[in-house]
Amino acid sequence: MADVAPSPATVPTPTSAALRLLWIRVRRNWLSTIALAIIAIMLIAAVLANWIAPYDADATDAEAALQGMSLQHLLGTDIYGRDLLSRIIFAARIDLTVAFGATAVALVIGSTIGAISGLYRGWVDLIIMRCVDSIMAFPAFILAMAITAALGNSVTNVLIAISLTQIPNYLRLIRGEILHIREMEYADAARVVGNPAWRLVFIHLLPNCLPPIIVQATLAMGYALLTMAALSFIGLGIQPPQSEWGSMTAEGAQYIVTGEWWLFLYPGLAIVLMVLSFNLIGDSLRDFLDPRMRGIR
Amino acid sequence: MTFLGYFLRRLSLVIPTLLGVTLITFTLTYVLPGNPAVVKAGPLVSPEVVAELEKSMGLDQPPWVQYGRYLSGVLHGDLGESSSTGRPVLEDFRQRLPATLELTLASLFIALLLGIPLGVQSAVHRDTAIDHIGRVVGVAGVAMPTFWTGLLALYVFFYLLGVAPPPLGRLATGITPPQSITGLYVIDSLLTANWPALWSSLHQLMLPAATLGLSVMAPIARMVRSTMLEILESDYIKAAWAAGIPRRRVIYGDALGNALIPVITILGIVFGFLMAGNAVVESVFAWPGIGNYAITSLMTKDSGPIQSFVLFVALLYVIVNFVIDIVYGIVDPRIRLD
Repeated sequence: MADVAPSPATVPTPTSAALRLLWIRVRRNWLSTIALAIIAIMLIAAVLANWIAPYDADATDAEAALQGMSLQHLLGTDIYGRDLLSRIIFAARIDLTVAFGATAVALVIGSTIGAISGLYRGWVDLIIMRCVDSIMAFPAFILAMAITAALGNSVTNVLIAISLTQIPNYLRLIRGEILHIREMEYADAARVVGNPAWRLVFIHLLPNCLPPIIVQATLAMGYALLTMAALSFIGLGIQPPQSEWGSMTAEGAQYIVTGEWWLFLYPGLAIVLMVLSFNLIGDSLRDFLDPRMRGIR
Repeated sequence: MTFLGYFLRRLSLVIPTLLGVTLITFTLTYVLPGNPAVVKAGPLVSPEVVAELEKSMGLDQPPWVQYGRYLSGVLHGDLGESSSTGRPVLEDFRQRLPATLELTLASLFIALLLGIPLGVQSAVHRDTAIDHIGRVVGVAGVAMPTFWTGLLALYVFFYLLGVAPPPLGRLATGITPPQSITGLYVIDSLLTANWPALWSSLHQLMLPAATLGLSVMAPIARMVRSTMLEILESDYIKAAWAAGIPRRRVIYGDALGNALIPVITILGIVFGFLMAGNAVVESVFAWPGIGNYAITSLMTKDSGPIQSFVLFVALLYVIVNFVIDIVYGIVDPRIRLD
């Protein structure tokens, strides 16, 4: 049994050990690694769209209208001769901004109110939870549609609408966690030494709720993207020359009967790829961060 | 706890929610840009006429008075008027509801018909090809926007293969609707033995129902799989195997019966997905239901139908979830205890 311990000669240097560990992780989670790479590529493409996209998103070219895939236009062109690939790349900007923005807003507001609800309990909690019940009584997409219609048709309002529909998820999550951990000994200890309530929550309790929030937020990214795309598919949020995946799919829908399939297929494929990537990462983050959830799926 | 106690406790939770729902829809109507009086009167009238209209519509009253009036209107079935069709919204709804109902029920039927066996097979043959296929279908099904799968189905089955009809409503042109009994064309034409209408309505229903059904199949299959896995490990199933009861009867008789009980709970969520998906799928397939009506109204900035649609869906959603809770309490008496 003595030779189980590695002999000094084979002990790897720290960097190669770290690399090897990384390699093992990547190999075990190759699907998530691909998903992460897809998101990274899409983010980089969105940020550097001005340099990466082969054409300007709105550059028309009457000579090249409704062309299929070619070397000049990798994913073809639309009726105005605009390059589909370039429009998809520029669209990533607005789609990802709204998805990240809505998720961030919902996360911050939802966690704060959830922490208050879990900390004070009593009638504060009661009122907050009845409000949450009322919001959750709407199918999320329908509520987002109503809010956007009511606030007015703009991208900012779509962002507000999506984050409003997502707030209850974080709120309930954090409230549950706080209700649980506030009874723990370290919470009592922090209280006893005289920490004010806000310090107790934000310094001592909330950091311990982070793992489930991160998982929730990653999965919510995919949902936010789908909602955004569906809203602009039915004509809310995006104004015409602006390219966005959902509204591009809607434009492409008209060309199904004439057979220009690339116009609806590729923008939708971009949505599927991104949502799939966020969901896969969310799932493996859950396995990684929250061992209790392992095996449940 | 007795069943009556459980029922009353659930009911007491539903009422504040219903009030909250109407408060939210009222607020959304209230903050909606565009003075309803101006919209109703048209752009070319003088401010005096608008003020007169505002008064007659009660828009000069404080918000809580307006909310009271709104609530009593809703309770009396008054959902306002559509400014584009000029008819009461409720009447427009009544006319379009059967189309939505038919699509929703057909999708649910497809989702259950495919989702339950897929879940069962994935659990029975855990970690084999069918389980992996089930997982891929589940992950992909959740990631695909319904409008996109609908368009994809149209492209493949209508444009390429020519087996599906053009997306132009519930019946092919030239087919007269069956005599109205339930309002669902498939059922009505069956009851009246109207075979051309039956064929045509099924043909038209095929793609939209499949699109919507596939989008909600994944959660059903996933739920069936996980409860089946749990139940297949239990002692009474092991005893059934040991007693030599035929495989099919153990799986589909003894195990599935119990595995389906928790599935009832997610039917509420599934219904929510269906209502949301409905609106989009109806607009893709020009299906003349209430979702399509609401989306058309969005385009014409006709706020009455939109807000009524939202209110209607939310009320329906709350009621469906309430009914599911009650049914679950009947089927599984244990949960009455908490």
